Amino acid sequence: MSGADVRRGLRRGSARNGVRHWLALHRVSAFALLPLSVWFVGSLLSLRGFGHEAVVSWLSSPWQAVLACLFVATSAWHSKMGVQVVIEDYVHGHGTKLLAMYASQFVHVLVAAGGLFAVLKIAFGMH
Amino acid sequence: MPARPLSPHLSVYRFAYTMSLSILHRATGIALSAGLLMLACWLMSAAAGPESYLRVTSALGKGPFQIVLAGWLLSFVYHLGAGVRHIFWDFGYGFEKAQARRSGRWLVLAAVVVSAGLLYAFFCPTAVRP
Repeated sequence: MSGADVRRGLRRGSARNGVRHWLALHRVSAFALLPLSVWFVGSLLSLRGFGHEAVVSWLSSPWQAVLACLFVATSAWHSKMGVQVVIEDYVHGHGTKLLAMYASQFVHVLVAAGGLFAVLKIAFGMH
Repeated sequence: MPARPLSPHLSVYRFAYTMSLSILHRATGIALSAGLLMLACWLMSAAAGPESYLRVTSALGKGPFQIVLAGWLLSFVYHLGAGVRHIFWDFGYGFEKAQARRSGRWLVLAAVVVSAGLLYAFFCPTAVRP
């Protein structure tokens, strides 16, 4: 019997889903965002003044569009996980916590959908 | 059901500057979540066409927004650097108090240098034009 079993028996152990939930999803997205972030900042720098034409020609390149989609999706996911942790820690009261969680999820899905749609629309030449 | 032990809150600890780094990691993360909203709006405006894109970018070019954009840039650099530190911790490296303090100092130094470089590159238009 391990210490963890004893703690669990005394109802002082982990709630059992915390570690998997955090490790598997938040950390993987953090990993993915290391190269994606560097690529993204480099891309923004290469836009040289942020003109519309520069943005369009940037995202018209297939690989750039794919990376942009990955960046938007991964960032939204990572952000959703991060905001969730902050809500869990600082928002008290069951109702408000649930409300904050739902609001955050909806906004994050909206951001992801908007960002992805915009990138694809430009990539497919429909801007 | 007996209450599970909660994570001890900030007031429990004696202040150490590594704490402020940790708090800053969270704060910049939240700032970047807001920045993501802006990123989506920016991309949407680009997809909507040159006129709406111009409307958004000219708004972003105004003074107050420039400060917000610079804030996002700083948050981005710091959060990324602190994230790297967290990844090392996840693999079990650098947990000793002295190591954590040292990596904290390196983090601040790196964040300041990289931020300064990027601020210059993004906000001094002549810097990026060859």
